[in-house]
Amino acid sequence: MSSTTLTPPLTPPPIETPWVLPSRGKVGMFSLIAAESAIFTIFVVAYVFYIGKSISGPTPREVLELPIFNTVCLLSSSLTIHFALGALKKGNRAVFTAFWALTIALGAIFLFGTAREWHHLIYDKGLTIQTNLFGTTYYSLVGLHAFHVTVGLFGLSLVLAFALLGWVKQEHYGRVDVLSLYWHFVDVVWIVVFFVVYVAGR
Amino acid sequence: MSSETMALSPHAVETQSLAERLHGWATTVDHKRIGVMYIGFALIFLVIGGIEAIIMRIQLALPNNDFVSPQVFNRMFTMHGTTMIFFVAMPIMFGFGNYTVPLLVGTRDMAFPRLNAFSFWLTAFGALLMYFSFVGGFGLYGAGSAPDVGWFAYAPLTSKVFSPGHSSDFWSLGLIVSGFGSIGTSVNMITTIVCSRCPGMTLNKMPLFAWMNIVMSGMVLFAISPLTAAQIMISLDRYLGAHFFDTQAGGSAVIWMHFFWIFGHPEVYILIIPSFGFISEIVPVFSRKPIFGYPIMVGATVAIGFISFSVWAHHMFTVGMNSWGNTFFAITTMAVGVPTGIKIFNWLGTIWGGKIQFKTPMLFSLAFLFQFLIAGLTGIMLSSTPFNWQLSGSYFVVAHFHYVIVGGILFAVFGGFYYWYPKITGKMLSERLGKLHFWLFVIGFHLTFDFMHIPGLLGMPRRIYTYEAGRGWEIWNQIVSVGALFQGVAVLIFVFNMIWSYWKGKDAGCDPWDAWTLEWTTTSPPPEYNFATIPTVHSSRPLWDLKHPEDPDWKYE
Repeated sequence: MSSTTLTPPLTPPPIETPWVLPSRGKVGMFSLIAAESAIFTIFVVAYVFYIGKSISGPTPREVLELPIFNTVCLLSSSLTIHFALGALKKGNRAVFTAFWALTIALGAIFLFGTAREWHHLIYDKGLTIQTNLFGTTYYSLVGLHAFHVTVGLFGLSLVLAFALLGWVKQEHYGRVDVLSLYWHFVDVVWIVVFFVVYVAGR
Repeated sequence: MSSETMALSPHAVETQSLAERLHGWATTVDHKRIGVMYIGFALIFLVIGGIEAIIMRIQLALPNNDFVSPQVFNRMFTMHGTTMIFFVAMPIMFGFGNYTVPLLVGTRDMAFPRLNAFSFWLTAFGALLMYFSFVGGFGLYGAGSAPDVGWFAYAPLTSKVFSPGHSSDFWSLGLIVSGFGSIGTSVNMITTIVCSRCPGMTLNKMPLFAWMNIVMSGMVLFAISPLTAAQIMISLDRYLGAHFFDTQAGGSAVIWMHFFWIFGHPEVYILIIPSFGFISEIVPVFSRKPIFGYPIMVGATVAIGFISFSVWAHHMFTVGMNSWGNTFFAITTMAVGVPTGIKIFNWLGTIWGGKIQFKTPMLFSLAFLFQFLIAGLTGIMLSSTPFNWQLSGSYFVVAHFHYVIVGGILFAVFGGFYYWYPKITGKMLSERLGKLHFWLFVIGFHLTFDFMHIPGLLGMPRRIYTYEAGRGWEIWNQIVSVGALFQGVAVLIFVFNMIWSYWKGKDAGCDPWDAWTLEWTTTSPPPEYNFATIPTVHSSRPLWDLKHPEDPDWKYE
C-alpha cells in the first residue's frame, strides 16, 4: 500500500446506475424449489432403488393404470396459469381471473383423480402403505407430490379470493408470478413421478 | 438489547417493563435481535451438550467405571452429538450470519424478516421438542427416554422393535422441525445476499464472510433436505407401518446410511465454511493486510461446496462397497482437501509480512490454522480405504472429527465472538480473561483430542460405555478426561467474560479494531435501521477507502 503521489480529491469510478438486483420473490422461490427438489430426489431414489424388491404382491404392473387424463389436466394447468399471468401483465383482470380459476379447477381434478386412484388401490386391490415396499414407496412419493399440489391449490385459491374481491391488479404481477413458479415446479415434479412410477416402474 | 433501543430514544428503556421487553424479543423481526437469539440459544445448548460430554468423560476416565448406566451413556452420546451439530453449531453460524451479513452487505434487514423470525422459532422449538424426550419419551411401553440410537441412528435401531416408546420419534420430529428452520434461514440468506447488496457491491467486492454464507446456505438447501426426507421416511415407518428401512420386508438398512451421509458429510462443510468466513474476516484485520488471493478464496469455497456432495460414502467403507465405489469415494475425499489446502495457504499468505496484532480473536484464528490443518491431515489418512478399514468406528475417528469441529469450527466461533462482541453489545470483551480462556482452552483441547487418537490406534471402539483394565487404554482416557475439564473451565470463563464485560467492559466505539468492512461504519450496537443512509461502496474494503481517501483500494481493484 505505498502511495507514490498524494492526490487528495480522487473521485471513485461511477457505480453502475440504476443499481438493479434480481427480484427477491423469485430468488427466494428458486431457493425453496432447490430444497424441495432435493427432498423429492430422495423419495424418487428410494422408489427407484426398491423397484422389484418387494417380497410380496401386488406388483405395480398388476395394479397401476396410466393416469393419462389426470396428467393432461395437471400439465395443462401450467398453460392456463401462464395465460392468466399474460392477461394480468396486460391489465386484463377478467381474463386473468377466468384462467386462474380454470387452473385451480384443473388442479382439483388432478387431486380428485389421485384420491380415486388411491381408493381403488386400497379397497379393490388391497394395496396399502404397509403391504409391501411398492406400497411404501408408491404412497409416499405420490402422496408427497399430492401434498404439494394441495399446498399449491391453497395458495392459488387465496389469490383467486383476492382477485374476486378486486384486489389483484396489474402491479401485483411480480408477486403472482412467484406463486406460478411454485405451480410450474409441482407440474414438473409430476412429469418425473409419472415416468418413474407409471412408465419405468411398471 | 436495551442499549439498542436507547440509540433510538434514550428514555424508552426506563419506561419498558420486563414483560414489554420480553414481548419485544419474542415478536421481533429485526435480524440483529434474531441473530442474538440464535447465538444465545446456541450457547445454552453448548453448555448442555458440554455437560453431556463431561458425563461421558467421567464415565470413561477409569476402567470398569459405573458412574452412569450403559443406557444413560447411550443417551448421552446420542444427545451430545445431535445437540452439538443441530442446536449449537448450526444456530451459532446462522446467528452470526443473521447478525452480520445484512451489515456486511450494507442493507437494513434480511430479505424476508418474518421468515427469519419464523425460522428461528422453528429451530428453537425443534430443540425443545427433542429435549422434551427426557421427560416425555417413555411412551406407551415404558421403555426409553432420551433418544439413544446414536446421532446417525443407523437402521434398524430406529424401528419400533428396537426403539419402543417415543424417544426416536422425538429425535426425528425434532430434526424435521429444526430442519425446516434451517432451510428457511438459508432461503433468506441467499435472497439477502443476492438481492439486497448496497449500490456498488458487486459479487467480487463482497466481503468473504458473505460469500461463505451464501455457499453454506446453498449447501443447506441440498443437504438438510435429504435429511428431512429421510426423517419423514422414519416417521412413516414408525407411525404408518411403512417398510423403507425394514429389512424383514425387503427394505434396506444401507440406504438409510446413504441418505444420512448425503446429508452428514456436506453438513461438516456447512459448519466449516462459515468458520472459514470468520477467519477470512479476522486474519486480514489483525495482520493489517487485505486478504491474499480473494478470487481464489471464493473459487476454493465454491469448489468445496460442490466436491463435498460427492464424498459421503467414505463414512461407509466398512459397509462393503465394491472396489470402484471405494476408489471413487477415496479419490473425491482426497480431492476435497485440495481447495481446503489452498485456503490455508491464502491465510498464511495474508499473515506473511503483516503487522500481526496478537489480540484474542487473532489468537483463536492462528490456533484454528494449525489445528484445522492437523484435522485435515487425519481426514486424508482416513480417506485411504485400507487404513479406514482398520480404524473406522474407533476413537481415532472420534478424535479426527472433534479436531475438525472443536479445533476448527469452535475456535473460529470463539474468534468470531471476540471479534464481533463489541459490535453486538457496544462493549469490549476483557482481553485478560480472553487470553486466559484461550490458553486454557488450547491446553484442554490438545490434552483431550491429541491423546484421543492413541486409544483409537490401540483399538478402542467408539461408543463403548466402559472398558476393562490392562488394555493400555487407561492412561490415555484419563488424560482425555482431564483435558475435558480444562475445556469446561475455559468455557465457564468465556461465559463469565461475556456477562461481566456486558456490564463492566470498556466502551467499544464504532470501530475498535480499525477494520475495513461496512459493519464498523455504524454505531455499536447498530441502530434498528443499521445505516442512516444506505452506503455506497467502490472496493471490497469500503472503510479503508473512507479512512485513506488519498490511497483508496478501488485504484487497484
